[in-house]
Amino acid sequence: MTNDLIHATAAELAAKIHSGEVSSVEVTQAHLDRIAETDGKVHAFLHVDTEGALAQARRVDEAVKAGEQVSPLAGVPLALKDVMTTEGVPTTVGSKILEGWIPPYDATVTRKLKEAGVVILGKTNMDEFAMGSSTENSAYGPTHNPWDLDRIPGGSGGGSSAALAALQAPLAIGTDTGGSIRQPGSVTGTVGVKPTYGGVSRYGLVAFSSSLDQAGPCARTVLDAALLHEVIAGYDHMDSTSINAPVPPVVAAAREGLSGDLSGLRIGVVTQFTGEGYQQGVLRSFEAAVSQLKELGAEIADVSCPSFDYALPAYYLIAPSECSSNLARFDAMRYGLRVGDDGTRSTEEVMSLTREAGFGPEVKRRIMIGTYALSSGYYDAYYGSAQKVRTLITQDFAKAFEKFDVLISPTTPTTAFKIGERANDPMAMYKADLCTIPANLAGTPAMSVPSGLSDEDGMPVGLQIMAPALQDHRMYRVAAAYEAARGAFGGPSL
Amino acid sequence: MPSISRDEVAHLAKLARLAVTEDELDLFAGQLDVILQSVASVGDIATADIPPTSHAVPLTNVFREDVVRPSLGQQQALSGAPEAEDGRFRVPRILGEEA
Repeated sequence: MTNDLIHATAAELAAKIHSGEVSSVEVTQAHLDRIAETDGKVHAFLHVDTEGALAQARRVDEAVKAGEQVSPLAGVPLALKDVMTTEGVPTTVGSKILEGWIPPYDATVTRKLKEAGVVILGKTNMDEFAMGSSTENSAYGPTHNPWDLDRIPGGSGGGSSAALAALQAPLAIGTDTGGSIRQPGSVTGTVGVKPTYGGVSRYGLVAFSSSLDQAGPCARTVLDAALLHEVIAGYDHMDSTSINAPVPPVVAAAREGLSGDLSGLRIGVVTQFTGEGYQQGVLRSFEAAVSQLKELGAEIADVSCPSFDYALPAYYLIAPSECSSNLARFDAMRYGLRVGDDGTRSTEEVMSLTREAGFGPEVKRRIMIGTYALSSGYYDAYYGSAQKVRTLITQDFAKAFEKFDVLISPTTPTTAFKIGERANDPMAMYKADLCTIPANLAGTPAMSVPSGLSDEDGMPVGLQIMAPALQDHRMYRVAAAYEAARGAFGGPSL
Repeated sequence: MPSISRDEVAHLAKLARLAVTEDELDLFAGQLDVILQSVASVGDIATADIPPTSHAVPLTNVFREDVVRPSLGQQQALSGAPEAEDGRFRVPRILGEEA
């Protein structure tokens, strides 16, 4: 029974809970037990909220018993990335500077989940301030990939994706600034979606790079991701960059896709994302996916987006620039850590000592890169040029979408690498985001859906699907059709 | 592009309010140099005629009705403060020398 419950999809669990076949408390307890059993090895969670989760489950069970109409995912457990504020529950963003901080308010995403009756199991591990591609930058120790515990689960949202792969939760929330939902999805064999920028509120999402940060759904199936997408998306007056437009019909699109027909759909293969630096097993898995999409009726051709070659350098100027400004708020005055306040030191000295003690090396590197890129004399050459590249990338997307309905590529050039392998080489680490960054710079939606396992190392590979802004449903349709054609590819044994 | 010196890193750390150690200065000087040389390639295609994009969604000011909404109370706002006194944040001295 427990085994069935942790293997089930969110859609299956919701149906069982809402029909009274099983209670949300049973489902929640099964996942809490699974976490207790496996998280010593995986370390997906920074905080498990047993009491809060069971209380929410009981509320849903009572509502079901009373015959009330409940929302589509009511009673289903979820793992929440520790970048979202949760009232009364610790939020660390993977950083020592917020160790022990208990937020006095809920992020909009958190509030929407609670209102929808979703059961929040706890907060998941992440690279500090979402800066990283391996979750090794967490101040609380790395998360391990359930497929091979010696390997990274991707990042920054490695905890959320690892929790899904380890059957600790059927749903999770991630945030994607340069690939932090999609790349972990790819290397853990799970689905990860970055919605259109502005589609999901950033209120209560601890800011890293505000023009790029976007929260999104993570799941083991495309339909589950779509169901979660509709729970968290929508206009929010608390976020001035929130889009005031209807939520794209992603659930309907996922259901339509399951019919398996993509006749007439035009798919462009981005020619920039292949060749040197790409693992052969990843490329073979991608080619197999292209063949399957053709069999489903899609018309597939190559498309060149030359500016995408410059997306990585542009990103590593824009994101650090915005982060150097955003992280100025960690000043040891209003919340979080304070170090060295012995009565003799000035505010400035206390700030510097606190930030030195509270931030890890990657955060410090990015703050300094951003400070450099924004300083007078260098602004035009670095930040200014990066913003121009951003324009070119947006134009390349626009041109490509004139000819194609969606674009595809591998999600990331390699399968999960070994823990420690790239830890001392920032540029090697950054290359994990090579294919995912353009969509962040353009604000367009993109997702990763598993394309099976690499034939050389048996590790999961992801297929990235990109769509124009506010056309999120297009990629869900393609992903669902592909997922059905691909079939099962097994799971990790823990 | 110019390489970045240890002194420049020390200056950046000061601007960014990071009391970095001597060992970190050595480490970061090398790493920042590699990163900056690598990202400098944006200059290859960023010609003068291209307008910059600061944000994917073109936005102007967002207005809303001036109505009172619930917000954090004083106690909640101070709940995470490293130190508080009389309902206020308590901070270290902000002037250079004591009078």
